[in-house]
Amino acid sequence: MEFAFSQEQEELRREARSFLEANPEAPLSDLRELGWLGVSVPEERGGGGLSFVDEAILFEEAGRGLHSGPFLTTAVVLPALPQVDDQAWSVELDGLVPHLDTVDMVLREDMTAVPAGGETLETMDETRPLGRLSAGDGESMDGDFEPVRLRLLAALALEAVGVAQKALELGVEYVSQREQFGKKIGTYQAVSHPLADTYVETELARSLAFWAAWCVAEEDEQAAVAVAAAKAQAAETAVAACERSIQVHGGIGFTWEHVLHRYYKRAQWIDAFGGHAARQREVVAAHLLD
Amino acid sequence: MDLRDTPEEAAFRAELRAWVEANLTDEIRRGRFEEAGRDWSRKLHEAGYAGLTWPREYGGASAPYSHQAIFLEEMARAEAPPHLGVIGLGMAGPTIIAHGTDAQKQKHLEKILSTEEIWCQGFSEPGAGSDLSAVRTSARLSLEGDHFVVDGQKVWSSFAHIADWCILVTRSDPDSDRHAGLTYLLVDMHAPGVDVRPLRQITGEAEFNEIFFTDVQVPVENVVGEVGGGWQVAMTTLLHERGTLGFALTAGLESQIRKLIALAKEKGATPVQRDAIAREWIGLQAVRYTNYRSLTTLMKTGIPGPEGSGAKLWWSEANQRVTKLALELLGPEAQLLSSNGNRQPGYWQHQQLRSRGNTIEAGTSEILRNIIAERVLGLPRSR
Repeated sequence: MEFAFSQEQEELRREARSFLEANPEAPLSDLRELGWLGVSVPEERGGGGLSFVDEAILFEEAGRGLHSGPFLTTAVVLPALPQVDDQAWSVELDGLVPHLDTVDMVLREDMTAVPAGGETLETMDETRPLGRLSAGDGESMDGDFEPVRLRLLAALALEAVGVAQKALELGVEYVSQREQFGKKIGTYQAVSHPLADTYVETELARSLAFWAAWCVAEEDEQAAVAVAAAKAQAAETAVAACERSIQVHGGIGFTWEHVLHRYYKRAQWIDAFGGHAARQREVVAAHLLD
Repeated sequence: MDLRDTPEEAAFRAELRAWVEANLTDEIRRGRFEEAGRDWSRKLHEAGYAGLTWPREYGGASAPYSHQAIFLEEMARAEAPPHLGVIGLGMAGPTIIAHGTDAQKQKHLEKILSTEEIWCQGFSEPGAGSDLSAVRTSARLSLEGDHFVVDGQKVWSSFAHIADWCILVTRSDPDSDRHAGLTYLLVDMHAPGVDVRPLRQITGEAEFNEIFFTDVQVPVENVVGEVGGGWQVAMTTLLHERGTLGFALTAGLESQIRKLIALAKEKGATPVQRDAIAREWIGLQAVRYTNYRSLTTLMKTGIPGPEGSGAKLWWSEANQRVTKLALELLGPEAQLLSSNGNRQPGYWQHQQLRSRGNTIEAGTSEILRNIIAERVLGLPRSR
């Protein structure tokens, strides 16, 4: 049993973090140049030949950096293609398509690939707009949609961990500086204890998300349950982390100019897309009880 | 990253599982706490499973922490009784190894491993719970200078009613304040002036005790570390208490959740209860894999990863939710005592009441949140 990251993986995380901090809106072409697309696709199909666990690190960091492009959706589709291509991809789930306005192609649940086109909808998370596909003919692809769905939900869980981590860091930084009644507010336990809870929950969610990623990478028989578990817990953790962080920030955390509401909206987007936590837990409950 | 047992770990697990199957008899499983416990503890020692992580030179197996983790998982899986020497093996022994004299090592370590000596812990006092530095039990050096005279009261001491020895934190300098002036002693529980009284808890049973010390003579050679340096020694003990504790707790929770699922299948569960059960199972996986992360860091660096600091906090609250959920599944008969022939409610009532102690013992949840806030997150100190 070894649950740790290799030196190469730690290096990848550092690189990803510093790049995304400087370029949160980096276009897909920049990420392609960095070798971030098709990381887990075998080399003979034009990919990086690494594992989904390596790719998982990028998803977590994309969440922490609140990356705004179609990186996640493209990355989870590429392994389903015969060959890694240069297009931006998205997927359609429950009739909704993330980043419909900026991608080239959309993979539908019936495994047809259709050119992106349709109506872009105003979405609460402005950095990840949803759209509805217009009717159009698609090209039928080989293989099942299920592995794509599992990669997508696992990637969302990982992104949620990154969101929770950032919300926690922002909260810790603020309460360590802000003074009221002549004291740093972080000394008050009513302020510090919710952040301690966020820390515990974020680490638990991180363990689940990487367990799920490992199951996906290994095609483990538990993958579907692990992914549902991770998506449920990580999404709720991210939402709660943002809510607590907004609360300990006081008034400033409620303003449009502060970045927190963007994380909060992303957390809620993640929870909703592909099914809220309660829907994921029903998958787990069926596995345990039926 | 590989979340499977290594071939070597898998072999250890398989061997241990086969051994438990052959040795954990119904007599031991159903026997009285003390006799069955002694029997079981002796068997574990003979098979080499006591003191797995202790260095070989002190009679241990010098095994990696992963073996200790596997051991705890398998014991919980088999619902084996606790090792009677848990305080000796997990707290007193490692403290003596770290700070004790050669004579203390000679005298006690082998007997701790064999459970010939059962140990208890004398830390908490009526006026010193979360704040251990408020200890008032006094140790006065005799005029001859060859022994201390100990007076005071300790509380919440498991195993004290059957213990032979006690690790005791005392105040040796009456003019000292807080962390200074404390001395760590090894005290013979059979010495004159030691009085143990059971402490009845909300479950009705007496798992813990109060210990009263009246003019108890303790030879100076029983001081561990320096006179006045008891705080550092006590911290070593508590560090060991929290070392692989997470695995024992998680393994225990796993067996509770297994029973909860069986109960839900038998009684049927509403959609709300199904959601709650799934939530607890997910939490269990989360804390289990978090323990593995912390363990991997411990094996690589010698220090457990910080993420493990939340394990006890999470477990204690999860155990309270799980046991309440079981009572809810049982319906109104959950209130009936087992004297009515209802074994199930009796079990879950006991577990539910016992679980209220989980957020208090071995560091209250409030103290654990303070520790995470200050030492892990680096927030300004509240005290």
